[in-house]
Amino acid sequence: MTELLVEAGRTEGQYWKDIWRYRELFFFLGWRDLLVRYKQTVVGVSWSLLRPLLTVLILTLVFGKLGKMPSGGLPYPLLVLCGMLPWQFFSTAISDSGNSLVSNSSLIAKIYFPRLILAASSIITSFVDFLISSAFLVALMVWYRLIPPVEAVFLPFFVLLAFCASLGVGFWIAALMVRYRDFRIIVPFVVQFGLYLSPVGYQSSVVPVRFRLLYSLNPMVGIIDGFRWSLLGAQNKMYLPALTLSILEVAAILVSGVLYFRKTELTFADVI
Amino acid sequence: MSQAAIVIEGLGKRYTIGQQKADVDGMRHALEGAIRAPGAWLRSRRESKLKQVDFWALRNVTLNVNQGEVVGIIGKNGAGKSTLLKLLSRITVPTEGRFRINGRTASLLEVGTGFHHELTGRENIFLNGAILGMTRAEIRQKFDEIVEFSEIEDFLDTPVKRYSSGMYVRLAFAVAAHLNPEILIVDEVLAVGDSAFQKKCLGKMGDFAESGRTVLFVSHNLQAIRNLCQRGVWIKDGQVHQDGTVEEVTGAYFESASGETKFSWMNAAYGLKIIQVKLKNSRGIEAREFQPGEDLIVEISYEADQLISRPIVALGIVGISGSCFTANMLLDGHRPDCLAGAGKISCLFRSIPLLPQSYTVKMRIQGADPGEMIVPYQEVAHFDVSGDLADYGYQGEFLKHVRHSTPVVVPYDWMLPDGTVAAVALKRQVHPEYEAGVGVNPFGL
Repeated sequence: MTELLVEAGRTEGQYWKDIWRYRELFFFLGWRDLLVRYKQTVVGVSWSLLRPLLTVLILTLVFGKLGKMPSGGLPYPLLVLCGMLPWQFFSTAISDSGNSLVSNSSLIAKIYFPRLILAASSIITSFVDFLISSAFLVALMVWYRLIPPVEAVFLPFFVLLAFCASLGVGFWIAALMVRYRDFRIIVPFVVQFGLYLSPVGYQSSVVPVRFRLLYSLNPMVGIIDGFRWSLLGAQNKMYLPALTLSILEVAAILVSGVLYFRKTELTFADVI
Repeated sequence: MSQAAIVIEGLGKRYTIGQQKADVDGMRHALEGAIRAPGAWLRSRRESKLKQVDFWALRNVTLNVNQGEVVGIIGKNGAGKSTLLKLLSRITVPTEGRFRINGRTASLLEVGTGFHHELTGRENIFLNGAILGMTRAEIRQKFDEIVEFSEIEDFLDTPVKRYSSGMYVRLAFAVAAHLNPEILIVDEVLAVGDSAFQKKCLGKMGDFAESGRTVLFVSHNLQAIRNLCQRGVWIKDGQVHQDGTVEEVTGAYFESASGETKFSWMNAAYGLKIIQVKLKNSRGIEAREFQPGEDLIVEISYEADQLISRPIVALGIVGISGSCFTANMLLDGHRPDCLAGAGKISCLFRSIPLLPQSYTVKMRIQGADPGEMIVPYQEVAHFDVSGDLADYGYQGEFLKHVRHSTPVVVPYDWMLPDGTVAAVALKRQVHPEYEAGVGVNPFGL
């Protein structure tokens, strides 16, 4: 028989056990978001392909053709796509995750389940989009007859890093949004800026050396560089300080995000 | 000896009203204040903490519920019933005290939370089941039962946004009803849905209770509580006001609710004001207490600024277990030609066949077209029937439990095997006053 003790001013030790118990909910909520996403749209799932396609086109045009950024001998669309994969995943994940609690406020006010699941499951949609865009990348590489280098074995690590970064930032924003709806405005803003502050449309090697470290404070710099390095090979040398910074920052954001979320979670139902 | 299912000790929940006001301002205050003058900000924070108004939604609640007990929780809106259920469901955390729950718990605070309008009935069954804590295997196993209970087979693959509200509620309750918890916590969820379905839901909850599981049930429907529960808990001002058998507690609650303020109503759109509703006895004197079998006059005083033609007035006499009898112009057709200026409408209920209990009078006024609701159906007055039934020839062993009997008694005769005929009627056998009153126009006109 399950026994539950709830006492004022004491957090439950059951929390992680509950997360395990509700693990299926994680997938159900993700499944719901996926199902609902393209209902009543004309183009449907093709949006998942159209969006990256159009973005790659625009960025190639602006940075590659008009801005004449160096490409290191690589096809510019490929360069852009490698940067855009993790960026688009990260940016949609943090917006979805950030909004997840507020847009499901009726659930929070009426049903108990670990709220962390709600914020985490909203990343699933972005991840599926990421996988679809990856198929697009494979097609593009075949088109340019490029074989990924051996460094490609490190790709899963960078995917994991992007995942953790999305979760960590997502938890922070979700928890803050419950109390401060200001983040509804801040997040799209940050995402818009971030596109230019991260090496998506260009390579980070174009950043002057003296600003490189400062530039690398953006955790996405290390992650995007990592994607390019592992997919396109040695021309895109890894800038190690950026990677180290990224890993440390992501770890800090994730841990603090979970802690902050846990701390504020208790009052979500009262505040939302 | 049955084991405790829920043990609550000194539970309290405080809401800070001032704090919620600050939340509306959003982050600006928090940030701007902190950046401009950190010192002043800290000081003001400390001060504002003092200024905040604390509101205890629930305080010092101690309650034990044994396994297999079915407990009905009653109280007025805002008394703290829902807060208690929210705490027990772990939606929010207590400010003080603690509670322990033994057994798998499911709580149903609202029907259909977690339903997604764009998804089909089938998809929503899975989603809602998962949200309520079922595993996929459990849902699959119960799927057919759920569909059958909800009666929506034909619409299983239609998005629920196309459902009628009845279908929606049926499906939502069906999912929740097939959770298989040891402890079920249910808030006022039956307020929606038609009466046939409400009965079905209550039946399901009854099965639940009979199979030895624990149920906590909040409702404003006293009849439902009495049918379902053995024990009643009355929450008032955030505390347990009374705890006892369901008859005692609902009876006391109903009586206290009856002692409340006078009714008046204004419908500006129709220019109709109901000034008061008086209850009078057979002698035309205003009264709150009546004898069984006495006449009851309901007198409605109104002021009509606009002409209201052919209105429909309906009155209902309602006891603790529901409607007893009504007078309805929509049925009998005796509608006034019009209401204009100040006036009165009265209704004389002859020899009310009611046992000594508490009753309320409900009233509704519609316009010429029954679709025009001028005064919605609501309680307008309360009265008690009191008297010693021995005066009426009653002599059964259960006389002292008369407050819990079916309230309406039409005259009847027992014809016993030995040939005796025993006539029973709520008419005083010796009552000179009443006899003398016969023939007097009770309206006093």
